Amino acid sequence: MYQYDKYDQAMVDARVAEFRDQVRRRLDGTLPEDEFRHLRLKNGLYLQLHAYMLRVAIPYGTLSGEQMHMLAHIARRYDRGYGHFTTRQNIQYNWMKLEETPDLLADLASVEMHAIQTSGNCIRNISSDHFAGAAADEIADPRPWAELLRQWSSFHPEFQLLPRKFKIAVIASPTDRAAMRLHDIGIELVRNADGVLGAKFFVGGGMGRTPMIGPCIRDFVPAEELISYSEAILRVYNRYGRRDNKYKARIKILVHELGAEEYTRQVEEEFAQMKTLGLDPPVAELERITAYFADPAFEQGLSDEIDRADPDFAVWVDQNTHPHKVPGYAVVTISLKPAGGIPGDASADQMDLMADLAARFAFDELRVTHTQNIVLAHVRKADLYTIWQQLDGEGLASANLDLIGDMIACPGLDYCSLANARSIPVAQKISERFADTGRQRELGELKLKISGCINACGHHHAGHIGILGVDRKGVENYQLLLGGSGAEDVSLAKIIGPGFDEDGIVDAVETVTNVYLGARTDGERFLDTYRRIGVNPFKEALYG
Amino acid sequence: MAEAQICYRADAPVNATAASFADFTAGSNAAAVRIEPGDDARVLVPHLGQIQLIEVNFPSFGDGRGYSAAQIVREAGYTGELRATGDVLADQFVFLRRCGFDSFAPDKPLDPQEIEAAEGFFPHVYQTSSDGVAAIWALRHKAVS
Amino acid sequence: MKILTGNDLKTGDVVWWAGETEWSRHLADAQDAGADADAILEREEAARRVNASYAVDGEVTDRGPMPLHIKERVRAFGPTVRPDLAINTSIPIVKV
Repeated sequence: MYQYDKYDQAMVDARVAEFRDQVRRRLDGTLPEDEFRHLRLKNGLYLQLHAYMLRVAIPYGTLSGEQMHMLAHIARRYDRGYGHFTTRQNIQYNWMKLEETPDLLADLASVEMHAIQTSGNCIRNISSDHFAGAAADEIADPRPWAELLRQWSSFHPEFQLLPRKFKIAVIASPTDRAAMRLHDIGIELVRNADGVLGAKFFVGGGMGRTPMIGPCIRDFVPAEELISYSEAILRVYNRYGRRDNKYKARIKILVHELGAEEYTRQVEEEFAQMKTLGLDPPVAELERITAYFADPAFEQGLSDEIDRADPDFAVWVDQNTHPHKVPGYAVVTISLKPAGGIPGDASADQMDLMADLAARFAFDELRVTHTQNIVLAHVRKADLYTIWQQLDGEGLASANLDLIGDMIACPGLDYCSLANARSIPVAQKISERFADTGRQRELGELKLKISGCINACGHHHAGHIGILGVDRKGVENYQLLLGGSGAEDVSLAKIIGPGFDEDGIVDAVETVTNVYLGARTDGERFLDTYRRIGVNPFKEALYG
Repeated sequence: MAEAQICYRADAPVNATAASFADFTAGSNAAAVRIEPGDDARVLVPHLGQIQLIEVNFPSFGDGRGYSAAQIVREAGYTGELRATGDVLADQFVFLRRCGFDSFAPDKPLDPQEIEAAEGFFPHVYQTSSDGVAAIWALRHKAVS
Repeated sequence: MKILTGNDLKTGDVVWWAGETEWSRHLADAQDAGADADAILEREEAARRVNASYAVDGEVTDRGPMPLHIKERVRAFGPTVRPDLAINTSIPIVKV
């Protein structure tokens, strides 16, 4: 993975010093809150329902064992012993003190971490495929391109005060594991007819109040134009994105209102001029970064044999491991979704264990997925059993990847002042109702996503089953949506009828799974059956 | 005209009343023009030779359109005074400078110590911009001479 | 009644206006700001005795002052899914 050189380190150190000074001025009264707010947001520090909340960046979801140990240390030293992994591959801490944040950021900087631009109206964390570098179907590792964009976007002087937040995702396989089409910019690395690697750009996807799937605006941008092309996209947005209405301020609204064709024309016009300005790093810079993502020293000729004598282990192998591009290796997903647990939360002890396992068994690298799990991307099959035993000891061995138990839930009204309803208790009740692994596996792939408000941090628009919490005259109410997907078969889920109370939504989820079981034909996932039979059988079962 | 509190130019700040964008584009011969956030700076590009002062107004610091306006005129070769007016604050100073502003007429006077501190934090920059400072990637790949 | 709430600037702790220039971490100490709510908030923010403060409707109950809306009751209770971190487990979340 990428490692800072002296320049990168100098920049994060400078940011710590700058923020320390801004905090001092806030606390002594020189800097009022309405000027300080966006500055602390640019360092990921929110004021939330119970306290300050800090969102630490995990660039494209990749971190080392040492960095994961630091996240555990942060949880213990500055918070209440746990953290929450998010749907943008970051981590959030809920009990921060403003006066301690500069020291916390200094601790992070000591291991090449930061909270730069994880909030605010600027370019946010660039997300990517959590199987990068391991999946057989990728045409290249997307993360060097994400790193190039990360550096370009950090402290970019022209784009610090955009109409709204800006989220970029980069993938490099036809399988979309990062919900790329639902980002402000989605990039898919492709090869042109000459076999040269380039970026296919999608612009204007997003969820929230008005979900949209991003259209393709350019089939191929070569590496040496990646930056100037991205600049053109951002400049058109900065100039013409709506600033009159916070809920209409994302780039998806601009693309939708202009139409993709006109928006593309404006970008190309801007790009024609910007590509002459010397904005693009030489290809040598991408090559320099790419070298950090070279394959680790895989052993060759390892056996693919796994001793499946332990039935619980066998189930976990089947459910939570994926094929690796190298024989004898596997990709492991550590579930942060135990039945009845809080999706995406991990204690400091659990973080330390995962860090140790990464160092011992996974070339010291972990990934955070946008579905709030942790991945060890390069694990020898021979080591799987030991790893599973260790995970099991810390409650991290739920064998539910991509099953209904592997649900996404935003923090919701338990933590978030934007929320209308609590999401975690709903997640807990559903996961308890479906706790039996056999039952989950019988249902098969079923992506359940729960948001506590219309901002859709729980990605409910992209759920095979989505749940949206709303406020109905001061009482929590839950709407059921069906048929969404954040994968390459991207689609937006639809609300199917009146909402339910907390117990009602749990029953409703069970009802729709029963409809699926009754109607499915061979090999159909829930999503496939829904797409085939339509919404009516589900509506009838729920509403009579 | 918004008088400059801070100016980085060798010559004195231009002392001329800036024409509104509407007046300027309607054909006034003014040497100074004022851009509001919704004005299209590109319209000025053919006239940059006659302009000595462009004021870019920030009615609210959170509206970042002026940064793009500044970059556009500098990229087009404008070498005159580029003055940021309005809600101009110390914590955006470095970004404003990087986008090509060399003169500042803030509503609230800027504290010179805060400006000096702000300018001293970051030793490098990650991206090429109107200030011409070499980006980190350029420092990494300096041609060996 | 009008209950005023905000956060302590340095620590982020949730606080409730307890009269005059006092802000308490305990909902039970909350006083009715009444028609003076806006003026009090302005004064207290300017003095930096509170941050990000706002007013909500509340009522006097046999458990003391209670916000009407579930959001502020969760704010007073703590995360309902982490009773070990609860601030005050006597706050009823769901209004009966």
